Amino acid sequence: MTKITSLADLKSIKASVEAKVSLRERSETPESMVQIRVAMATCGIASGAKIVMDYMINELDKRNIPAFVTQTGCMGYCYAEPTIEVTRPGHQPLVFGFVDSKKADQIIEKYIKNGELLDGIIPVNYENIEGK
Amino acid sequence: MTQYKMHLLVCGGTSCGASESEQLFQNLKNEIIEKGLENEVQVITTGCFGFCEKGPIIKVLPDNTFYTQVKPGDATEIIAEHVIKGRRVNRLLYINPETKEAVSDSKHMGFYRKQLRIALRNCGFIDPENIEEYIARDGYAAIAKCLTEMTPAQVIEEMKKSGLRGRGGGGFPTGLKWEITSKSQADQKYVVCNADEGDPGAFMDRSILEGDPHSVIEAMAICGYCIGATKGVVYIRAEYPLAVERLKIAMKQASEYGLLGTHIFGTEFSFEIDIRYGAGAFVCGEETALIHSMEGFRGEPTIKPPFPSVSGYLGKPTNVNNVETFANVPVIINKGADWFASIGSEKSKGTKVFALAGKINNVGLIEVPMGTTLRDIIFEIGGGIKDGKKFKAVQTGGPSGGCLTEKHLDIAIDFDSLTAAGSMMGSGGMIVMDEDDCMVSIAKFYLDFTVEESCGKCAPCRIGNKRLNEMLEKICAGKGTMEDLDLLRNLSYVIKDTSLCGLGQTSPNPVLSTMENFYHEYLAHIVDKKCPSGQCKALLQYVIDEENCVGCTACARNCPVNAIAGERKGMHIIDQSTCIKCGACLEKCKFNAVFIK
Repeated sequence: MTKITSLADLKSIKASVEAKVSLRERSETPESMVQIRVAMATCGIASGAKIVMDYMINELDKRNIPAFVTQTGCMGYCYAEPTIEVTRPGHQPLVFGFVDSKKADQIIEKYIKNGELLDGIIPVNYENIEGK
Repeated sequence: MTQYKMHLLVCGGTSCGASESEQLFQNLKNEIIEKGLENEVQVITTGCFGFCEKGPIIKVLPDNTFYTQVKPGDATEIIAEHVIKGRRVNRLLYINPETKEAVSDSKHMGFYRKQLRIALRNCGFIDPENIEEYIARDGYAAIAKCLTEMTPAQVIEEMKKSGLRGRGGGGFPTGLKWEITSKSQADQKYVVCNADEGDPGAFMDRSILEGDPHSVIEAMAICGYCIGATKGVVYIRAEYPLAVERLKIAMKQASEYGLLGTHIFGTEFSFEIDIRYGAGAFVCGEETALIHSMEGFRGEPTIKPPFPSVSGYLGKPTNVNNVETFANVPVIINKGADWFASIGSEKSKGTKVFALAGKINNVGLIEVPMGTTLRDIIFEIGGGIKDGKKFKAVQTGGPSGGCLTEKHLDIAIDFDSLTAAGSMMGSGGMIVMDEDDCMVSIAKFYLDFTVEESCGKCAPCRIGNKRLNEMLEKICAGKGTMEDLDLLRNLSYVIKDTSLCGLGQTSPNPVLSTMENFYHEYLAHIVDKKCPSGQCKALLQYVIDEENCVGCTACARNCPVNAIAGERKGMHIIDQSTCIKCGACLEKCKFNAVFIK
């Protein structure tokens, strides 16, 4: 591991990570990756987020869909746990609530494969500090 | 394979449901089938948009049109105009109250989103176990800026200018605290992060540590640079295993990247962080008790002064801040104090995270600018009261706070307005209560908690709270007298005035605020021997209605204490002296003959 010893080091790491992420999110090419974030705070895990994450990783792999599944912290929608955020390349991220294996299957088959929406999408109801 | 060209998102939140969103949904579907568009347009329901006042809401994708207050009868027009002809239905667009202009594009409707995430900026966004994702979001840029471009005094000045106040409860200005600690002379100083979140119903600190641990590490290092400390300690409750694990991973990664350790960013500044576990005692949220617990002693508070900024952990100057406070720091440095100070109310700057819990539809973690009204929080973001019940009160500030009622809904909440209303900010727990909650029982619930959590060092808190609790028990049992009410109030003031630490000084608040706002409920318990919400079991009476009872004997057969007598096909009677008020008879009766008096 190279240590960060200057501001320039930090900036170069930042630039390289940003490039990776934006390639994943904005690319319009069909082979680029779907990005999935699973809210895995204690409350999410308690309501089954771990199972959903494992299911997503395994099933996407089995169905040959290139995807990038990561964990993240609490999204704040505690009433709808487990929650996941799905970003199809070139599309706005969408948050799905009350995701179990059955719902995860529908999300893969309908939304990820076909762009067909599902009932129960959670509208993002906050602003982040970017652009503020 | 169907590829839909257009999506209509109909809000299926409870509030919108109450304003006919279901019928609207059906009408849209029917209309689409009628026009033969079912393979091109998809209608789906979504969760709450947090804009319930203007519901029902429809969002159209991909053009992001946002319609508000849509009636079921508007379905035909939306399909005919917008979907088929591509013309927006202007009369249903949202009118910006400031500019009086119609807003069609939800991207420009940022202002309807009443939440702004500063402390939670990365929660639910980055992978907390991957430092690179934090760096990609400007992580560690603030500490880099402080170390390479600013002197400690300049950073402190910036913090003071931002107006950030401690988010753990007291609301003490953070910059000032740093300044005081920086002025103490010592060979070693400490930065302590208070992650001993103890208020019932509050979980923002846990969520921040679980979702964005690096922001806390970075802020602690900045604080260390300012006050002249090279050591930081996180005091965290052992009940938060996942937060501990993610914090440890983050600390390890930060060390590997050279962001903790010696010569950070090639400067002379060194900083390292340690973890101390707490056993989850509420009193250890108090700085001095926390420090004693960290030192391996009993978690008991001591009299201030000396303040921790002069003599704290191991007798050295110590700066204690809470997790949420720290999470704000890197943003203030990156975006500037003026930016931060432009958000919030006059004396409380920035945002506050609240944990919404209780009888509310959208239970969750929210972050709003200071100065947002309770009404917006509960009825917009929170989606209103569960099951369409009536709002009664909201408890803020946990066991140290108070209950706010209908008349407080429109106050702009910040540190000072909540205190003026007889409650307090506390760490940001908000427990919403509806018409079914008995306020005397609620006061008793919090007193139970305080009695349990009092460390026992000073008499007013140890004995006084116990006596308060006994009086509340007596009132709930229907044995209270009017003298008890006076005694309750007097004793509350004595405890407030004479207790050693913040725990005792605030513990009678739930009693005082419920007495202030719900005096009639206390009177009902004492004078009429009734619990208006039907919660206090001792004051309930299960009675059988003569007219409805058919003598089926179901109640008598299911009564666990044989309190019900009566012949088959004859009227049954409950013996009140034997009845234990379990409610089994009410549940079993198929003829609505059992009722609560």
